[in-house]
Amino acid sequence: MMLNGSQIFIESLKREGVDVIFGLPGGVVLKIFDALHQQSDVKVVLTRHEQGAGHMAEGYAKATGRPGVALVTSGPGMTNIVTPLADAYMDSVPIVVFTGQVPTQLIGNDAFQEADNIGISRPCTKHNFLVRDVKDLARTIREAFHIATTGRPGPVLVDIPKDVSINTAEFDYPETVNLRGYDPDPGDDKTLITRAAEAICQAKRPIIYVGGGAVFSNAADEVKALAEIAHIPVDMTLMGLGVFPASHPLSLGMLGMHGSYTANMAIHNADLVIAVGSRFDDRVTGKTSEFCPKAKIIHIDIDPTSIRKIRDIEVHIPILGDVKAVLTELTQALKVSIDGNKKDLREPWWNQLHEWTEQHPLTYSQSDDEAIKPQYVIDRLYQLTTEKDPIVATDVGQHQMWAAQYFKLEHPRRWLTSGGLGTMGFGFPAAMGAQEAYPGRLVLCVTGDGSFQMNLQELATAVLYKLPVKIVIINNHYHGMVRQWQDLFYEGRYASSHLSGLPDYVKLAEAYGAVGLRATSPSDVDQVIQEALHTDGPVLMDFEVSRSENVYPMIPAGGANHEMLLEDPPHLGQAATSSVEAPETVTLS
Amino acid sequence: MDVENVEREHIISMRVENRSGVLARVAGLFSGRGYNIESLTVAPTLDATISLMTIVTKGDARIIEQILKQLNKLVDAISVVDLTERAHIDRDMAIIKVTTTPETRAEVFRIADIFRARVMDSTNTMYTLEVTGPGRKVEAMIYQLRSLGIEEVIRAGRIAVAREPYGADTT
Repeated sequence: MMLNGSQIFIESLKREGVDVIFGLPGGVVLKIFDALHQQSDVKVVLTRHEQGAGHMAEGYAKATGRPGVALVTSGPGMTNIVTPLADAYMDSVPIVVFTGQVPTQLIGNDAFQEADNIGISRPCTKHNFLVRDVKDLARTIREAFHIATTGRPGPVLVDIPKDVSINTAEFDYPETVNLRGYDPDPGDDKTLITRAAEAICQAKRPIIYVGGGAVFSNAADEVKALAEIAHIPVDMTLMGLGVFPASHPLSLGMLGMHGSYTANMAIHNADLVIAVGSRFDDRVTGKTSEFCPKAKIIHIDIDPTSIRKIRDIEVHIPILGDVKAVLTELTQALKVSIDGNKKDLREPWWNQLHEWTEQHPLTYSQSDDEAIKPQYVIDRLYQLTTEKDPIVATDVGQHQMWAAQYFKLEHPRRWLTSGGLGTMGFGFPAAMGAQEAYPGRLVLCVTGDGSFQMNLQELATAVLYKLPVKIVIINNHYHGMVRQWQDLFYEGRYASSHLSGLPDYVKLAEAYGAVGLRATSPSDVDQVIQEALHTDGPVLMDFEVSRSENVYPMIPAGGANHEMLLEDPPHLGQAATSSVEAPETVTLS
Repeated sequence: MDVENVEREHIISMRVENRSGVLARVAGLFSGRGYNIESLTVAPTLDATISLMTIVTKGDARIIEQILKQLNKLVDAISVVDLTERAHIDRDMAIIKVTTTPETRAEVFRIADIFRARVMDSTNTMYTLEVTGPGRKVEAMIYQLRSLGIEEVIRAGRIAVAREPYGADTT
């Protein structure tokens, strides 16, 4: 069947099961958009900015596990989607981004809206392709989806020159992929699994430290099985939230810079750390030379470069492989070799963990006559929506950390956040991408007054496509996390962190045809949330919160995990560097 | 000193897809992650779809391990081998222009002879020498000629190949 490049593009997407693409047209992709216009199998969501399209594709991919797809034009269209590519690369999100390119004979001539798409995207994609001949288009698309979704997932860019979208070729979608340099499944080492099982049997103070890799591997059941069979507490990274139920008695919540006291003390004092699909990020480890000083480390990961990457952290049992497969084998090995109930051996450990939680639980205070506490908003949002099993997208900053701490998730793929790159502006379009995939589900976007302004133009898209995302702005009139660091480490000099000139968010929502609601006192909070939940279509809730609230616990950058600030130090904003030092050593029989 | 922390030179031989942009991927990986490239050569193999890159780099065990893993992760990398870990032969080539005076001419010629260099070109005031050999030999010759007045040195960069094991055909 002879088809032109644009038709081949659509037929190939259909073969990959793509039902929606997020994008914005321009000169060199007009032929493709024209072809999309004449069919109904693949829906086009027209965004207001290419960055929005990229994050929507990410949100779609994170929520569904299927690759998200974006289509943008050359030059500025491509450069605008670089941030989502870099974000997806850091957080291992499978997206395929198609960019238009000037006609092949013009490449290199500084043509109108030309950019070196391949060169610009090379360091922030898993792989990228320039299609020089329409005969290669179908095969390239097949390879792009294969690379994006296998192994450690990631973004792939396909650059399509205008003439390639017009020229014709015989359409033949390849059944198989032949990439001799790409082996996404490294298999796993049986002897190491046996050694890991032995280490788990002997450990007195073990901990599972699980990250986003377990989410991508769809290994929630396997993580649970391992934790339960060997009675091991579970720390989750920011990216791993939801992969283990927050309400489970074995869950210690999130660890790291703003993790719970117990989660951080547990990993610091553990004698065995089982790292599952996590990469020892600096926001988790703190000072690497003092990271879990007493522990043997088992590291399970599909990406060989993640294993033994951090210089000061010795990995004793590295297991290269797909998390789901390795955990299945490991649990099987434990079933065979585990002698009796590990509850007894680990009782002192559990007593210690419970003591820590009693001493320093996650906490905040809210009285009726003061400003709304941001934690209270998240807490109430959680209480009032948890029954609906919502998907929660966040932006980046204080609100993100409070959401991570107080919005307790029970299932994976409910949590869409920008972890590695820390992209403000991610949350709202990501929520829309998830909502597009699941029109009937409740999708929340927890954001800040700063972050929301970085992609608020997509309100138009949300209204137009009837994507009923419920937006929660934690409005403290600051880049709050920046202000917090300035309080703690810059003697309270608020350099460029105060956001004067904020829009009236209620009027802003109304200007786009959405519903805007505002809460200014604690007694408004429930009412606003309830009203939003009972309103069709997108709703923007503006919560005017306390402007000075800070996120705790906090491990100051470069500190070790047991050196946590638990509250504002005295004389905050002056010389506040002293930390609440927790006991270094825990003696357990 | 911990053996892991000792910086050593490593010769990495990798087979890559013979496509445009592959060199940029490799070079970008080194610059983006802060690794050193001492030299890099690339040319097609007998199979026209495959190129061979020889990369000389420096680092301690941890860094070399990461470099090898990162190179292997490139979709266009077909195989990556650290030749330093096994018996190998390496060759560098240099073209050296040496300024000569009537007093130094014979000495330059003698040094060229010692290193089995070839005189490619000769004028009244200059020899252009070609030397081939292991990296150390080329460096030694450059070192000796330096005091006599080197005008210019052009080095090809190292290429290397694994040695065949002795008696491979009888076992």
